[in-house]
Amino acid sequence: MIAFILKRLGLALITLWILSLIVFFAGQVLPGDPARAILGPLAAQQAVDALRHQLGLDQSIWSQYWHWISHFVQGHPGTSYQYQSAIGPILTSALGRSLKLAVLAFIIVVPLSIFAGIVAALNVGRPIDRAISVLGLSGTTVPEFVSGIILILIFAVGLSILPVSAQAPTGASFLTQIKYLILPAIPLVLILFGYIMRMARAGTVEALESDYARTATLKGLPRGVMIRRHVLRNSLLPTITVIATQTGYLIGGLVVVETLFRYPGLGQLVAQAATNKDFPMLEAGVLTIGLVYMLVTLIADIVFSLLNPRIRLSAVE
Amino acid sequence: MSVDAVPIESAGALAAGRSEVRREVLRELMRSPLFLLGAFILLVWIVCAIFGSTIAPHSPFDQNLEKINQAPSGAHLFGTDQLGRDMLSRVIVGSRNIMIIAPLGTVLGTAMGTSLGLVMGYFRGWPDDSLGRIVEAFLALPLVVTGLLVVTALGHSNAIIILVIGIVFTPLIARTVRAAVLLERELDYVAAARLRGEGAAYIMFIEILPNVLAPILVEFTVRLGYAIFLVATLSFLGVGIQPPSPDWGLEISQNFGQVTAGYWWEVLFDAVAIISLVVAVNLVSDSIERVLER
Repeated sequence: MIAFILKRLGLALITLWILSLIVFFAGQVLPGDPARAILGPLAAQQAVDALRHQLGLDQSIWSQYWHWISHFVQGHPGTSYQYQSAIGPILTSALGRSLKLAVLAFIIVVPLSIFAGIVAALNVGRPIDRAISVLGLSGTTVPEFVSGIILILIFAVGLSILPVSAQAPTGASFLTQIKYLILPAIPLVLILFGYIMRMARAGTVEALESDYARTATLKGLPRGVMIRRHVLRNSLLPTITVIATQTGYLIGGLVVVETLFRYPGLGQLVAQAATNKDFPMLEAGVLTIGLVYMLVTLIADIVFSLLNPRIRLSAVE
Repeated sequence: MSVDAVPIESAGALAAGRSEVRREVLRELMRSPLFLLGAFILLVWIVCAIFGSTIAPHSPFDQNLEKINQAPSGAHLFGTDQLGRDMLSRVIVGSRNIMIIAPLGTVLGTAMGTSLGLVMGYFRGWPDDSLGRIVEAFLALPLVVTGLLVVTALGHSNAIIILVIGIVFTPLIARTVRAAVLLERELDYVAAARLRGEGAAYIMFIEILPNVLAPILVEFTVRLGYAIFLVATLSFLGVGIQPPSPDWGLEISQNFGQVTAGYWWEVLFDAVAIISLVVAVNLVSDSIERVLER
């Protein structure tokens, strides 16, 4: 078990290292001189040179990489061009806000999609199954900003029962915050719903067709008990892992949703850094996204391997 | 199923069987109403993309400052925007950008992903392992974020966006192709080709490739949907095509500020256009997948 975790951790670290190389060198391709970009075309060459030195741009590319990554690891991801201040604190508070939105989306989508998947599986081939599938497919394929804008048109502009912006006034109560976050959470829910639902449906269908489910039925177990005791336990395990891998889609969705709803989270930070060519901020943000993703999938893998033998044994009983 | 039982004479029959299968697939598709609906919507947007400027009732660029923010009416079916431009014309011509970039990017990604997948699946060993690591690193980032990163680094032009789509799709398609190749490489015809002394490139592209076309086709149509998603999203985020070009995603981000003033028509029709296009592509790809899997 420990060997498995160590191996998995090692692989995650290697992947992160490659990712950091990709992110860093993407920053190096940018044409033009960052120092010149900050100071503007009218600044004296001397000032530009001084700033280049201050930013470490006059050093070799590898020592620049080393400087960047070693500081990032120690929690100092550098200085933003756009904000002219340390990235660390900006990044952490943005990450916290994104987390709030992401958690709300997960709390809505996980029970909803698992329930829908099971309902679809229990009615395989019937109209309700087809309806849930079509709904799920449509949800995952419509871009978040499109579903977001439709929601805004209906609930914020048309009915005016929910706010257009996601950022609650400072000091707002927990419930008020949720009221502000509910509209941005729905496009994320729509994106995630289809995948998780499909997994839950496939897992349940497979478990329903299994020998042990047939045995349970033949030995006279009521259908409800059979489904609860034998089918669901086996069908939900793969669904749990899929939920973890959805974090990637979720973060991609955050970039868009936070921009649309003007919510100052990690996604909006990255999108703004990209439009303003604020490369230190973009690199730090993107690497943080990669880090979060690797961490979540790592935890999911470990949880899965912990749960798996137990479930396998209980299926044998 | 064993291949060595097939006598040599039946090789021609096999080839005939393949075109027979292809015709059967096509016939099956033509019977599916959902496929036909998707194909029809796609066709409409293709026509708009090619002949948009001719069909559109007005020029999408003509400003009329006396008629700004007008609600839909007989003169302007979809209303006008904040510069008095006809929204219907902008929606029609706005299809061009996405209809060119998304398919080209998907073709590029499919070509690169197929080559990479063939190499990874055929050679296995260290090329597979090291390429697999890089693929893994790419997949740790959401497509939109990779897109933002690459476009910011390389600058935004249509060619760059096509390249971005190609790059982000390559690892995804490579993974599918690799899995298919892993099964094929163990079959007798590959061993036979190897014994004949054929080179690796010949075996990969002439022998194996035709046999893994079905999963590649399915992957292509699925990815096309995501490409449309991605192009629209990058335009919306402001790193795609630039104003004043008409483009659905860009238009929504530009006119979004007007929504709170009640000018819903300035974003609604673009949103509906995007939805209709992604739904159409998904209807087509879903039908193809169903027919090929049967």
